[in-house]
Amino acid sequence: MTGMATLSGVNDRARRQIIGGGAVLGTLILVAVFAPVLAPYDPESMSVREVMGAPSLAHPFGSDVLGRDVLSRVMYGLRSSLAVAISAIVSSFIVAVPIGVLAGYFGAWVDSVISRMLDMILVFPAMLLAITLIAILGPGASVAAIAIAVIYLPILARVTRASTLVVVRQDYISGSRARGASHLRVLWTHVLPNSLGPVVVQASVLSAFAMQLEAGLSFLGLGVQPPNPSLGSMLADGRDVLNQAPWIEIFPGLTIMVAVLAFSFLGEGLRRALDPKGVAE
Amino acid sequence: MSALGFIVRRIGAAILSLFAMSILVFLIIRLVPGDPVRTMLGFRATDENVARLQHELGLDQPMLSQYMSWIAGLFRGDLGQDIVSHAPLSELLLQRLPVTLELAGLSMTLAVLFGVPLGVLAASGGPWSKRLTEGFVVLGISIPDFWLGIMLVLVFSGILVVLPPTGYVPFAQSPLENLRYMALPVLTLAIGEAAYVLRTTRGAVINVMGRPFVTFLRAKGISPRRILFGHALRNAGPSIVTVVGIQVGVLLGGAIIVETLFALPGVGRLVVTGINQRNYPVVQVGVLAIATIFIVVSLITDLIVGWLDPRVADGMMQ
Repeated sequence: MTGMATLSGVNDRARRQIIGGGAVLGTLILVAVFAPVLAPYDPESMSVREVMGAPSLAHPFGSDVLGRDVLSRVMYGLRSSLAVAISAIVSSFIVAVPIGVLAGYFGAWVDSVISRMLDMILVFPAMLLAITLIAILGPGASVAAIAIAVIYLPILARVTRASTLVVVRQDYISGSRARGASHLRVLWTHVLPNSLGPVVVQASVLSAFAMQLEAGLSFLGLGVQPPNPSLGSMLADGRDVLNQAPWIEIFPGLTIMVAVLAFSFLGEGLRRALDPKGVAE
Repeated sequence: MSALGFIVRRIGAAILSLFAMSILVFLIIRLVPGDPVRTMLGFRATDENVARLQHELGLDQPMLSQYMSWIAGLFRGDLGQDIVSHAPLSELLLQRLPVTLELAGLSMTLAVLFGVPLGVLAASGGPWSKRLTEGFVVLGISIPDFWLGIMLVLVFSGILVVLPPTGYVPFAQSPLENLRYMALPVLTLAIGEAAYVLRTTRGAVINVMGRPFVTFLRAKGISPRRILFGHALRNAGPSIVTVVGIQVGVLLGGAIIVETLFALPGVGRLVVTGINQRNYPVVQVGVLAIATIFIVVSLITDLIVGWLDPRVADGMMQ
């Protein structure tokens, strides 16, 4: 696979970014997956005595307005936020790649039709489109994931198309066709694997934005629904007691920021390694 | 390709976008699963009420004539009625729109005022200014804007007690108070945007500084300052205007959250309240207004870019 260089082949900065971003992200994902084992308390168990308790040894991130442990809630919140963001990007990727490959490979009217339809989605600012879809389908975690997936569909499809256009011009494609390979075979064995690099890069960069978008939607009460904690809805819950108990706001926000930074570093490192020509930009 | 041709085709594209957007907005209420009217009315959904509201919204007509009469209404300034308060939506929009426009306009202005000079500094300054601006870009892009807003409230209203945490005073009533209430929301949106403007300016200036004509200017003995501001920045103009146009969309999206966070009575908050109340006509009007602003701003920035750099206009035509 062209572009799929091993880590030893890329420059130091890219390697540092991939390893650093990947390590932080890996840790966050482990915490999210094993939240039920790692969380010191039940994220929903309330305690009158602990209402707005400051950070302490027993509750390192303090406790919230209902006396729930903020650390445990951050772990579970991270779980739902990452689940929404990652499933959104993965679904967007799965739909966008075939669309983009078809547009880039066949060109002509197939390309025109696909490109015009994708342009329709870009008429809306991202957040507004997400909110509009939620207005139609009703609030909830899965709807938020669908909305985020739809928003990023045109971006991922365009990058796939651009990357396919580069691959299609290579001699081995016409060679393969000349030897009698079917379109499907050429697409599957040559075009698809060689076009994916820049798309993977773009998908990891978009994951950072998906994380922010999910937090924003849940903050507005349109994403993950209570009683399930999410990082965004935790920020909405603590908003009124900000001055008395700032820890309710600080820790979930910091967690979002660390996750976003990890996704961006990973994306930037992957871009340097897999897409040196900058197709994904 | 003539300049006039570019302008006409770009305006044509904007009209097509407006048309596509209007269809999507029109469909909002019609795509709601189940019976949208029953959902809107909730516990008040008696058969009589359902039939009345269906008739009021024109949902008992064929789809095409519904769309035509909705569009005709828009051109007359008749946006329909709020189904909760029964107020005309055109009035509601006129109250809300100035708040959103002020918020977005001030934020973008502030972002450009800081982003452009910092971008030039990042492209031309020493290693320290490069590192500091790089740090600002990474943080500005990674901090979720509403969390930044919350932290600003914590510092400026909670600890320093110099600015109000939430609320709004109309500009006409007291310009100074208005700005005091707008300060934190504007800052919240401007910091993230400034990071994008900085990054673009830096990239564009570095790109221009590497071109042969800059070497020629240097050889001619033109001062570095004049090369930077008179030539490099000027040539970076189209890229900066383009990113401002794109970021207006992000800014308008951010405004929806920031208006809710700071209790500003703008269009974004209108949409969010509309969704929570299942008040679909209100949601439609709000979405229509924000998307229209976005399409018009994109049109204006593209025209400015085409005027600044005719080569870009040629590129857009192909």
